[in-house]
Amino acid sequence: MNALKQQPDFVVFTGDITQTTDDPQERRKRMAEARDIIKGLSVKTVRFLAGEHDASSDNGAAFKEFFGETHYTFDHKGVHFIVLDNVSDPGAALGEAQLNWLKSDLAQLDKKQPIVVLTHRPLFDLAADWDWATRDGQQAIDMLMPYEHVVVFYGHIHQEHHQMTGHIAHHAAMGLMWPLPAPHSQPKKGPVAWDPAQPFKGLGWRSVDSETKKMTVALTEHPLAKSTT
Amino acid sequence: MQALAKRRRAALTAAALAVAGCVAATEMAPKKPPVQTVEILAQRFNFTPEEIKVKKGMPVDLALTTLDRLHGFDVPGLGLRAEIVPGETTHVKFTPEKAGRFLFHCDVFCGEGHEDMDAAIIVEE
Repeated sequence: MNALKQQPDFVVFTGDITQTTDDPQERRKRMAEARDIIKGLSVKTVRFLAGEHDASSDNGAAFKEFFGETHYTFDHKGVHFIVLDNVSDPGAALGEAQLNWLKSDLAQLDKKQPIVVLTHRPLFDLAADWDWATRDGQQAIDMLMPYEHVVVFYGHIHQEHHQMTGHIAHHAAMGLMWPLPAPHSQPKKGPVAWDPAQPFKGLGWRSVDSETKKMTVALTEHPLAKSTT
Repeated sequence: MQALAKRRRAALTAAALAVAGCVAATEMAPKKPPVQTVEILAQRFNFTPEEIKVKKGMPVDLALTTLDRLHGFDVPGLGLRAEIVPGETTHVKFTPEKAGRFLFHCDVFCGEGHEDMDAAIIVEE
């Protein structure tokens, strides 16, 4: 990130900053290490989302100590960003209180307001039997439907995926570690098996080119394997 | 009097026919299929047994218990969901209408091995 010629306005972590541990002290130690690494970024505006590995063991308590609130909004250059937390509830739900908060936030917006939703789990049912869903995510999607310009970026599944729910686009990108298989492509969920012949299989990154006047974006995927061979 | 006796005989005959009809109806009623009862034990981070086989079209009663803490039981492919509360037996009753392999998993985050806490229901023809 620091080597990029054009530095981003801000950086977002879409969750799972740490691996799960049942030990609350170890959890905080890992979060402190992550926070210290992230401090090395040249970009100083950093937004954090919790993943279930960070927050589901203690309802997000340790995460909040290190990285702040788990659901919030911010605005940047005319775009309204909404961060939703579908991991602090161990049952993978947003919950009634957060849904009411979302409803109140949306009520203040014009229907043409560009909105970006950031969340960890997909809001739609991608593969519920692999825990790739949000139990009450459809309620959030229903609330967003009246707004004309909405896009959702999420993490959790460690691979490229694109889904439309009506006019709302949901995008997940490849990660730089721990690739996961395509939904239901193998009997049980688990990491992509290590293959020495293809060490970077399933890993990569995405670039986004935007045309602000036309309100269009172009996503380009960059598999790591391709760029290293 | 003769007319009264005739009416009584007719009434008795009708009653007897009605009883016979009931017996015939009972004999003709389809037998209820036996309930397939399966006990499932949950504990961090597995279900026992890991694979459950049931017959399509036969009622199933899953008796779920937990040895340690609250767990979830979620079978999206069959539209079943329950929470397994410590100290209680949770019954999930259903009749499978389609054959296949249906994954189920704990959907209440329960710790370090939570992601691997899954199993399958096999519905056979």
